[in-house]
Amino acid sequence: MTAAETRQAIEAIFRIERARLIAGLVRVVRTVDRAEDLAQDALIIALAEWPRTGVPANPGAWLMTAAKRRAIDAIRRDRMRERKHAAIARDRDGAFGGTPEETDAAMDDDLGDELLGLIFTACHPVLSADARAALTLRVVGGLTTGEIARAFLSTEATIAQRIVRAKTTIAKAGLGFEVPRGAERAARLASVLEVVYLVFNEGYAATAGDDLVRPDLCREAQRLGRMLAGLMPGDAEVFGLLALMEIQASRLPARTGPDGALIPLTEQNRARWDQMLIHRGFDALARAEALGGDGPYALQAALAACHARACRPADTDWPRIAALYDRLRAVMPSPVVDLNRAIAYSMAFGPEAGLRLLDAMADSAALRNYAPLPAARGDFLFRAGRLAEARSAFEAAARLTRNLRERAFLNARADACD
Amino acid sequence: MRVMVLVKATEDSEQGFVPTPEAQAMLEAMGRFNEELTKAGVMLAGEGLKPTAQGKRIAFDGPGRTVIDGPFAETRELVAGFWLWEVKDMDEAVAWVKRCPNPMPGPSEIEIRPIYEMADLEGNPEADGSGRA
Repeated sequence: MTAAETRQAIEAIFRIERARLIAGLVRVVRTVDRAEDLAQDALIIALAEWPRTGVPANPGAWLMTAAKRRAIDAIRRDRMRERKHAAIARDRDGAFGGTPEETDAAMDDDLGDELLGLIFTACHPVLSADARAALTLRVVGGLTTGEIARAFLSTEATIAQRIVRAKTTIAKAGLGFEVPRGAERAARLASVLEVVYLVFNEGYAATAGDDLVRPDLCREAQRLGRMLAGLMPGDAEVFGLLALMEIQASRLPARTGPDGALIPLTEQNRARWDQMLIHRGFDALARAEALGGDGPYALQAALAACHARACRPADTDWPRIAALYDRLRAVMPSPVVDLNRAIAYSMAFGPEAGLRLLDAMADSAALRNYAPLPAARGDFLFRAGRLAEARSAFEAAARLTRNLRERAFLNARADACD
Repeated sequence: MRVMVLVKATEDSEQGFVPTPEAQAMLEAMGRFNEELTKAGVMLAGEGLKPTAQGKRIAFDGPGRTVIDGPFAETRELVAGFWLWEVKDMDEAVAWVKRCPNPMPGPSEIEIRPIYEMADLEGNPEADGSGRA
């Protein structure tokens, strides 16, 4: 192997081990910052030694031992200083709670729970959503600040600052790196899932920039979701979110045209949907349902699965979709869910059924300037044969939208009413 | 990127699964490796294949189709199992394969093949010459 190849091999190993290494170290040194530094130190030691000695049989354990030695050395140095300055008798190995052998044993346990603890801490609600996403991608995903900055179309300095602040906030708040239990766990898990879905959506429906989708960000979120499912095999919503992301990601190849414009679901070439992701999504959904999944992610995944099952738009099981929206509305009430429910009802039970639901939500302040609302009304009226009313609804929608392509589409539908 | 990881067949794997203590231990080690892959979010799919004695080949020649029953002779070229992984690059795939337990009682081989993505098959949309806007 050439030096460059060895370096690449070591970096690949480090990428695999990094999150677990940091998760294990954080328990001893109590700060993400310090744990990251120690992991980085271990990489530098490996880069110096492995080209000479060869890659050890269990590189993860090797890196952990190297990092741990550095940690112990630093703690000893601090102790010496403390002893000299304060001359106070102290428990010599208090920080590790025992002999070096016991420390070894504690650090070589299954690291699954530590990794989960690290994820729960990086996604702590004390941090802003942006900070949670950046910190999770950095510490758990192992992305560089440059990669995160590109993903969120921000500058490297901004992201670096955001991560530093997040770490300081965690340290100041004295957060423990444990997975919470009971009701607290459910509440905190919601924050973890929110962060993963935020990262996914940033890739799936980019809010800014030239590209409408950024598949690499979706892939990273899916990887985080798969990781969570591997770490929390008993949680329905974890599998619900994973199912939702896999099924949505299956449509990425069909979702944009050659000119980069978005193609709506009904017009996508379904042969381009990624069948493996669809089936992975179905498996995760079945798992969520077996675990009693009736939460927002499992229900949204069930909705996505209805579309994935239909080979042609005409095969879509609209009555089932309408029923799922009834349930979703109960656990996740929102005007947008209401609107989608009305659309599902119009497809399942006719345009008048959809119009009745729209009338019931007519005074929703949240949707006053929301173009899809009059656009849906226009569609229902058009299908009900009430063309004059349909025309004015499409025109109202065209006035509200800021997207030029969408405006042209709505104006064309208005013209088609004559 | 996605890769397919192929476990090559050996004389042993072509004999089919025999529940010897060694084979059981290997299965357990493989189970732990799979669990690690799952926890790292790398694993998309993976299965072990029955010996080629239970397989068939269909030979194509123009419009002709001929069915050939297994077993097939060229043992080292046969496949005994596969995984689909999502990894960052080939280096990461190699690092994962290196930590896989030896899947066979004797010497064996595992092959990594990158999977074609939609983009590889389409080329650059700007350069496809169709003149679409």
